Amino acid sequence: MFESLSHLALQQYWWIIISVLGSILVFLMFVQGGQTLIRHLGKNDLERTMLVNSLGRKWEFTFTTLVTFGGALFASFPLFYASSFGGAYWVWILILFAFVIQAVSYEFRSKAGNFLGKNTYEAFLFINGLFGTVLIGTAVGTFFTGSQFTLNEMNQVTWDGPARGLEAVLNIQNLALGLSVFFLARVLASLYFMNNIDESTILTRSKRHVLINAIPFLVFFLFFLIRLMFLDGFAVNPDTGEVFMEKGKYFHNFMEMPVVLALLLIGVVGVLYGMGAAVLASKTNGIWFAGPGTILTVFSLFLIAGLNNTSFYPSTSSLQSSLTIVNASSSKFTLTAMSYVSLLVPFVIAYIWYTWRAMNKKKLTRDEITTEDHVY
Amino acid sequence: MIQSIDWSLVDWSRAQFALTAMYHWLFVPLTLGITWMIAMMETIYVRTGDPEWKKLTQFWMKLFGINFAIGVATGIIMEFEFGTNWSNYSWFVGDIFGAPLAIEGIMAFFMESTFIAIMFFGWNKVSKKFHLVSTWLVAIGANLSALWILVANAWMQSPVGTSFNPETARNEMTNFWDVLFSPVAINKFLHTITSGMVLAAIFVIGVSAWFLLRKRETRLALRSITIAAIFGLLSSVFVALSGDGSAKQIAKVQPLKLAAMEGLYDGTEGAGLVAIGILNSKEKRESGDVFAVKLEMPKLLSWMAYGDPDQFVAGINDFKNGNPGQGILSTGEKIQRGKVARGTLTEYKNARAAGNIVKSDSLKLVFKDQVFLDTYFKYFGYGFVDDVNYYIPNVPLTFYSFHIMVILGFGFMVFFALILFFQARGELPQRKFWLRIAPWLIPLAYIASQSGWIVAEVGRQPWTIQDLLPTVAAVTKIDAGAVMVTFALFAVTFTVLAIAEVSIMLKAIKNGPKNHGGTK
Repeated sequence: MFESLSHLALQQYWWIIISVLGSILVFLMFVQGGQTLIRHLGKNDLERTMLVNSLGRKWEFTFTTLVTFGGALFASFPLFYASSFGGAYWVWILILFAFVIQAVSYEFRSKAGNFLGKNTYEAFLFINGLFGTVLIGTAVGTFFTGSQFTLNEMNQVTWDGPARGLEAVLNIQNLALGLSVFFLARVLASLYFMNNIDESTILTRSKRHVLINAIPFLVFFLFFLIRLMFLDGFAVNPDTGEVFMEKGKYFHNFMEMPVVLALLLIGVVGVLYGMGAAVLASKTNGIWFAGPGTILTVFSLFLIAGLNNTSFYPSTSSLQSSLTIVNASSSKFTLTAMSYVSLLVPFVIAYIWYTWRAMNKKKLTRDEITTEDHVY
Repeated sequence: MIQSIDWSLVDWSRAQFALTAMYHWLFVPLTLGITWMIAMMETIYVRTGDPEWKKLTQFWMKLFGINFAIGVATGIIMEFEFGTNWSNYSWFVGDIFGAPLAIEGIMAFFMESTFIAIMFFGWNKVSKKFHLVSTWLVAIGANLSALWILVANAWMQSPVGTSFNPETARNEMTNFWDVLFSPVAINKFLHTITSGMVLAAIFVIGVSAWFLLRKRETRLALRSITIAAIFGLLSSVFVALSGDGSAKQIAKVQPLKLAAMEGLYDGTEGAGLVAIGILNSKEKRESGDVFAVKLEMPKLLSWMAYGDPDQFVAGINDFKNGNPGQGILSTGEKIQRGKVARGTLTEYKNARAAGNIVKSDSLKLVFKDQVFLDTYFKYFGYGFVDDVNYYIPNVPLTFYSFHIMVILGFGFMVFFALILFFQARGELPQRKFWLRIAPWLIPLAYIASQSGWIVAEVGRQPWTIQDLLPTVAAVTKIDAGAVMVTFALFAVTFTVLAIAEVSIMLKAIKNGPKNHGGTK
């Protein structure tokens, strides 16, 4: 069935899959957001343990989604993998480091003989929550603002940025996105705790933290989004492959792809409703609106970054080195083969959904933490 | 492509990759193997309803969890390191190499991480059967992820199912099934997972023996030992069989690695297998005096590699200097041919840049010409470095690693058989000598396991992709200093985390099955 698609159609299909994975990843980063709230929401050891265990049953989904996001990018757009990871070295290394220390922290935190002590592992979780969100958000920001690199005729990258990627943090647009992701993750985490933990003190504090974090989130995100509409974007001439600057490119992309605009609007409404329901009506199901809302919002942003003849990983120092879904992609054969593999994705989502429901039927209680066999 | 080679960059990048790979492999084999035993124990629990089996399952599961976390931590680095430190590689072969990595994520990692949550936290939340299925799915998921990453690794050792596209300057996949079912991949997968099972069996027996010596948890320890010894014995037979299969594949696709494994400098018919040996210094070896001492089994290498005791097995010098009688090109000749292939690519790129369509089109066709492919492109990777010695792997490291692995592997097989024999006669608790030895075999199992990967990876140097891409051409262009810093960062981090892991593990073992977990 995929054989009959054109190379371009497959490239678009894969950009959509990457966008799905990326948007699910941002939603699942509520785990990271929650890790930065442990001290704020948990005032004693038991409360903190409840928070850690509530997140601890989900952290692997985020981690695995990140790994799969990376793998899928490698398989579908290997030139991005080669250019960005090798080029923006320090950004990616710091992100990786933040995830390495996360991976052990849940399991090791409360175990006897853990060498570094409970507080250190909680600090690791905090570092992961802060750098993981801000840096991934910043890195995605460069999809719109560009990086400094040059490709030679053999498609090998030379990075022209002075700080091997860290320079991206100095761009206010990137940073606004990074901080948006950070505060959004904290909002989502607070909503998740309200939904998952049966403990009145945590519920009250979580509700307050929805509001505390919603305000900076909205400020940074609206700044990012509104400014993005007026920025020069990196457009591609579909006939020649030539990249050129176009005023208001991303605004045009929304106008020319109204479905994507609709996704954005529905998504934003979902996020706002989820936050509002928690803050104003004290509902505990806000996560079920804000979560899907986040996915739709981020999905729409990924789509305008790569579709409609747009360069998804532009170079500001060598415009024609910019990566598009056409010049950065795998061969038609590989994309076709991988497209068959992608048919497994709905199946994977289905079993994750099923097990998630099975595990979350009952809220996490004090009792469970003190009697359960396996506790983080 | 390469104006001047920054050797320190290449060395540090390799060191960093070796560091992460070796740390990763400290934790993965136990995960691969012990999940099966845990699943078997839980199956017995569900069948019999005997709570003792549940206790046993949960004890090993706890150790599994501690070990799993750090395997995940070291694993994520490996995936991204292909991009961060081997970016030219990522482009040159990303069209093929990326696919198994993505499939690994979609097919295996999600299965593993989803059902692990049930395995750990679902005892009181889902039905017994659902829990058991989850435990089996964790085992399957873990081993499936091994399958895909080993398919990727096997492809580096034996690049099949692909063709080179001069337009994009990269290799592109032409046959997915060739990549997946490459004989190298199949042998590698079987050899690797069964070796993980052997290691896990040694681990379980070692820990259980410690309990027996202290007269603690006797019943649980004996049950564990029975399962582990049967499992270990079967696995070690499969390790040997797949190892033999691997050797035959190496003889076919990486004959120089085989020569290095055996310290064979001058090829010969009816080559013998060196069972144990001590190598001489490099100068002596190169002048023909290879071994200070050796115990050789006649004709066995020829038989092992080709299934024919009289077959010619080529040595290192045959590859270095060429052996026309056996149809082996010298490295110097390969370097010349590699340069022709690279030159043709550059010429094509220049013609295209100059807008000379006639010339570029005709040069593009050259890359479809089978004679050109077989004569020149096949040696593309040799066109990067002129020094013939660059193409010879580190012989002592490959040789000793190989022999340590094999000797220990057969030793474990005997050990499993002995333990099973004592167990069948019901006299294991009295066999103090063997019980005392058992825990000490655990580090040896790790050494054997690491040695296996040293043979596989050091033995194929300098190639990232056999004959097509040497490490110097695969590496990311970055200051060597930056890589030194990240090397140090990861070395310190992994070491600290590994200390924590071992310390937690030892504490958990000391506490034993009785006192684990919460207050229940």
